[in-house]
Amino acid sequence: MKGFGRYMIFLGSLVVRRETFKTYYHLTLEECIQIGIKSILLFMLVSTFMGAVTTLQTAANLVSPLVPKFVVSQVVREMTVLELAPTIMAIIYAGKVGSSMSGGLGTMRITEQIDALEVMGINSASYLVLPKIVASLMMFPLLVIVAAVCSMMGGYLAGTLTEILTPTEYIYGIRYAFNEYFITFALIKSIVFAFLISSISSFRGYYTQGGALEVGISSTHAVTTSIIAVLIADYLLAYLLL
Amino acid sequence: MIKINNISKSFADKIILNGIDGEFDKGKTNLIIGSSGTGKSVLLKCIVGLLHPDTGNVFYDFRNFTEADKDMKSEIRREIGMLFQGGALFDSKNVEENVMFPLDILTKMPKSEKIDRVNFCLKRVGLEGVNKKMPSEISGGMKKRVGIARAIVNNPNYLFCDEPNSGLDPQTSIVIDELIMEITHEFDITTIVVTHDMNSVMGIGEKIMFLSKGDKLWEGSNHDIMNSGVKELDDFVFTNKIMKNLKHGTV
Repeated sequence: MKGFGRYMIFLGSLVVRRETFKTYYHLTLEECIQIGIKSILLFMLVSTFMGAVTTLQTAANLVSPLVPKFVVSQVVREMTVLELAPTIMAIIYAGKVGSSMSGGLGTMRITEQIDALEVMGINSASYLVLPKIVASLMMFPLLVIVAAVCSMMGGYLAGTLTEILTPTEYIYGIRYAFNEYFITFALIKSIVFAFLISSISSFRGYYTQGGALEVGISSTHAVTTSIIAVLIADYLLAYLLL
Repeated sequence: MIKINNISKSFADKIILNGIDGEFDKGKTNLIIGSSGTGKSVLLKCIVGLLHPDTGNVFYDFRNFTEADKDMKSEIRREIGMLFQGGALFDSKNVEENVMFPLDILTKMPKSEKIDRVNFCLKRVGLEGVNKKMPSEISGGMKKRVGIARAIVNNPNYLFCDEPNSGLDPQTSIVIDELIMEITHEFDITTIVVTHDMNSVMGIGEKIMFLSKGDKLWEGSNHDIMNSGVKELDDFVFTNKIMKNLKHGTV
């Protein structure tokens, strides 16, 4: 509970004694490039294979001739939109971006760079962390959309190249009984996950004490805590919103 | 002028500082000295506000910093320049951007004026033509100089240096010490240096405060440190055999 209390105080400190809008604008753009553009290839790669594997495994399980083939792509769509794109990508995001945020802030802490900002009269938490959170809130939903598209593309390639189903069947299944709300649900999840990962990782990094070993420990804790928070939030959101 | 009044600080049950009083004069290099673990850096952090003292107050030219509200603290902090032990340069910024950083954040100066000011400060610390180098590409001594340039770029009234010589060879240490003293006199600022380097003590110690186990035991200048009459200070100053012999006139 003490840790949760410190986390809430940390979140509160992000919005007091802020710098100018121009300062945050530039920092947020830099973070968007750092965490968004530089992550996109990994997300595309993982999600494409994820879609391809889902297609093959779903097809392998649907052996009954009574089940039409387009159900395979329908399953791929539902799995991708509801769970794989937001949640699995959140876990990858925690591993790649969360650990980087925590490690970066931890290194700044132990090399007194954060103290240097404080001595200059700058609210270091707000200056360093707020742009990371805002950039995550902007970029992660976009990454989830890209991942969802790539996953369905991966499924299409795997399904058609292995002749499990025809392109027409795949597209039909993707469009069949589509519930638009699931997209909204996935985006709500992505925003919540982005906030949790960026804020928890930053919190862990910002309060690092010690040396290089502790920076590594902070990064590991950041990823572990973020993933646990994402999984709990995933369950709660599914319970509340579906 | 900076005045500290009854500064105490403990971590858990361990008392680090025990009611320290003192004054640090304007236009002088004021040194806080003592062995490792005596609370020098903690005292410096209490003075600059990185740590909040358990008791006591810090006054910057009669302005109570410890009890000040956030706006006043922020205002005072913008008059402070600080050189950290490792330089504390921002890894992601080059030398020019590091030195320009306080101007970017704290002033509305036009870009060309900022570049002129940065170049002036880099020239003042003897670093020209390294503007575009990254901190990882320069030596420890150069990092310290960039740190000094960043500390003075915003014309501070107060300069703090935490172990400016740590990790440097004796010659570079003297260069850094002399630079700190010259800047202090040139810009008439209040400088506080935390050190345990005897070369610094003898070279630039215009006013010295000696701490031992969290207590202030002695105050004076480098001229009278040899004859302080304080055993702990003698133990600190005359650590090795040569110095001991020197004191007893046997060398």
